[in-house]
Amino acid sequence: MAHLPLGQQLLDSCAALLLLLSFAMLSQRRVVTLVNLYAVQGAVLAAATLLLAWRTGETHLYISAALTVGLKVVLLPWLLYRLIRKLEVYRDTEPLFNVSGTMLVGLVIVVFAFSLAQPITRLASTATRSSIGIAIAVVLLSFLMMITRRKAISQVMGFLSMENGVLFGAMSASYGMPMVVELGIALDVLVAVLVLGVFFFQIRERFDSLDLHHLESLKERE
Amino acid sequence: MELLLLLILPIGGAAWLGITGAHRRAPEVNAVVSLGTFLAACALAVRVIRHGDLLLGEEQFFIDPFNVFLVTLTAFVGLTTALFSRPYMRIEVDHGRLTPRRLRLYHSMYQLFMFTMLLALTTNNMGLMWVAMEGATLSTVLLVTLYRTPGSLEAGWKYFILCGVGIAQALFGTILLYVAAEKVLGSQGVTALLWTHLDAVKSQLEPTVLALSFVFLLVGYGTKVGLVPLHSWLPDAHAEGPTPISAVLSGLLLNVALYAVVRSKVLVEGSVHSQLPSRLLMGFGLVSVVVAALLLWRQRDIKRLFAYSSIEHMGIATFAFGMGGPIANFAALLHMTVHSLTKSSIFFTAGHAAQKAGTQEIDRIRGLITLSPTVGWGLMLGSLAILGVPPFGVFTSEFLILTTAMRTQPWATPILLAALAVAFAAIFSKVQPMVFGETTGRRLPHAPALLPVFAHLAIVLLLGLYIPPYLADWYRAAAHLIGG
Repeated sequence: MAHLPLGQQLLDSCAALLLLLSFAMLSQRRVVTLVNLYAVQGAVLAAATLLLAWRTGETHLYISAALTVGLKVVLLPWLLYRLIRKLEVYRDTEPLFNVSGTMLVGLVIVVFAFSLAQPITRLASTATRSSIGIAIAVVLLSFLMMITRRKAISQVMGFLSMENGVLFGAMSASYGMPMVVELGIALDVLVAVLVLGVFFFQIRERFDSLDLHHLESLKERE
Repeated sequence: MELLLLLILPIGGAAWLGITGAHRRAPEVNAVVSLGTFLAACALAVRVIRHGDLLLGEEQFFIDPFNVFLVTLTAFVGLTTALFSRPYMRIEVDHGRLTPRRLRLYHSMYQLFMFTMLLALTTNNMGLMWVAMEGATLSTVLLVTLYRTPGSLEAGWKYFILCGVGIAQALFGTILLYVAAEKVLGSQGVTALLWTHLDAVKSQLEPTVLALSFVFLLVGYGTKVGLVPLHSWLPDAHAEGPTPISAVLSGLLLNVALYAVVRSKVLVEGSVHSQLPSRLLMGFGLVSVVVAALLLWRQRDIKRLFAYSSIEHMGIATFAFGMGGPIANFAALLHMTVHSLTKSSIFFTAGHAAQKAGTQEIDRIRGLITLSPTVGWGLMLGSLAILGVPPFGVFTSEFLILTTAMRTQPWATPILLAALAVAFAAIFSKVQPMVFGETTGRRLPHAPALLPVFAHLAIVLLLGLYIPPYLADWYRAAAHLIGG
C-alpha cells in the first residue's frame, strides 16, 4: 500500500471515528450519553473540517469548522442537557428491536451505503472522496436510529446526527457548500431544536411523558 | 424594489406581530400586511410580464413567468386567508379553544410562513431554496399544535419528523447537485448552486450523479407535496391544525414544494437524456391519485376528507408535469391555480361548518343550508368545483390532462378516469347530507367572512369559462420554460 500523507491519514481516521460513533449512538439507550456522543460527533466533524481547511487552504472551511464547534459542540448539547434536566427523561424504554439485531441491520446498511457512493466517488475530485461512503452510512444509520426508538428525544438525536452525516458528505464530496447555504442550514438546525424544546413541553404537559406510544391514535380507522 | 417589499413586508410583519403581542387589532394588521405583500407581488408580476425575466440581488433571486405566477397566487391566497381568519379565530377564542397569547403566536408565525414560501419561490439558489423549505416546516409546526390537544400534538410531531427526514434527503440531493455542478462551473462554489447557471450548463452535468440527486430531491420535496407513500403527515396536519392553516398548507405549501420538484426536474432532464425523471413523476403522481381516491371513502372527518382530496389533486398535477410537453405543463399550472383557490375556499367553509356543528365529524354535521345558506352553498359549490364539474376551472385542467394522457400515455387514462370517478362518488356522497338534511348546528358569535370563499370560486368559474389571453400567454410562457 502506498504511503498516504499524514493529513490524509488523520482525515480517514476522523471518518472512521464518525462511523464508529454512529454505531455507538445506535446502541446507546441512556439519553445523556446520547447527547455526549452527539457532542463528540460534532467535535470530530469540526476536526475533520479543520484538517481539510489546513490542507486545502480554503478560508470558508475555517469558518465552517468554527460554526460546527459553536453550534454542535457547545450550544446544542447545552440546550439538550437543559431540556433533559427539566423534563427528567434519562433512559429510553426498551427499543422496538433488540440491540444486536439493529446492529446487524446497521452492517448491511453500511455495505449498501458504499455501493451507493460509487458513482459519486468516481465523479468527485476531492482528496476526501473515499469517505463519501461513510457519510451516506452515517445518514442511513441515523435514519435507522429514528425508526427504532420510542422516546421523542432519541428520535431528535437521530435527526441531528443525520444532519451531521449530510454535512460530512458535502465536505468530503466538494469541500463544503457555499457559505450562505451553510449559514442557512445552521440557522435552521438551531431553530429546529428550539421549536422542539417548546414542543416537548407541550407533549409533556399533555401526556406527562415523552413516550411516543401516546402519539399513535391518529390512524385510518376501519 | 418590488421584490424587496415582497420579502420585507411579511418578515417585518412577523416581527411586529410577535413583539406587539396580543393586540386587539392584530388580525387587522395581519390582513393589511398581507394586502401589502399582494400588491408587491402584483407589481412584480407586471414588471416580469412587461420586461421579461429578472435577475436581482447579485443573481441570488431569479423571477420568470413560472415562479411569478406562483408568487402572485401565494400572496393572493395569503391575503384572502388573512381576511377569513379574522372572524374565524375570534370565534375560536370565544369558544374557548384558544387564548389571546396563542393568537399572537399564530399571527406572527403566519407571516413568517408566508415569508419562507415567497423566499423559496423567488430565490435562484437551490441551497437557499432548501433552507426556505425547511423554514416553512418549522414555522408551521407550532401552528399545527396550536390547540394543544393530544391529536394536534401527534399531528405536529409526525409533521416535524416526517418532513424533517424528507427535507434531509432533499439536502443530500442538493449536495449531489452541487458536486456535479462544481465540476463544470469551477470550484469557487459561488455560482454552482444558482439555478440559472445550472440551467445553462445542464447538458454537461454528469448524468448518473444527477439521476441520483433527482431521486433524493423528489423523495425530499415529494414528502412535502404529499405524494403517496410519503403522505402520512398531511391529513393529520390538515385536520388537527386551525382551519386557516389547513387552507394555506393545502393551497400554498403543496404548490411551493411541487415547484421545487419541477425546478429540479428541468435541470435533471437536461442532463440524463432518459425518461427517468418523467417516469418517476408519473408513477408517484398516479399512485397518489389512486390511493387517495380509495382512502377518501374511509374518511369521517370533514377536514381529513379534503386533505386526501389535496393528495389526489397534487398527484394529478405531478402526473401532468411528468408527461411534460406544452399542453400538459399548461394544464398542470392551471390545475395548481384552480386547486389552490378551490381547496382553500372549501377549507374556509368546512371550518365554519365545523364551528357550527361543534365537531369535525362528518356524521354530525347536518343541514348547513337551513342554518346558514352561504356556508352551505359555499361548501356545495366548492365541492362540485373540486370534483371537476363543468364549467369550473378544475374541469378544464383535468380535461386537458386527460386528453394529453390519451395521446401520449394511453395506458394511464383508464386508471385516472376510474380514480376520478371514485373520488367523485366518495366526496359527493359525504358532502350532500352535510349540506342538506336536518340541522344540528348553532349560531356563531361573529359573522363569518365568506367573501374570500365566493371570490375564489368566482375566479375558478371564470378560469373554467374563459382564460384571458394575457393569462394564457403567461401560462404558456411558464409551460415553455418547464419544457419536457
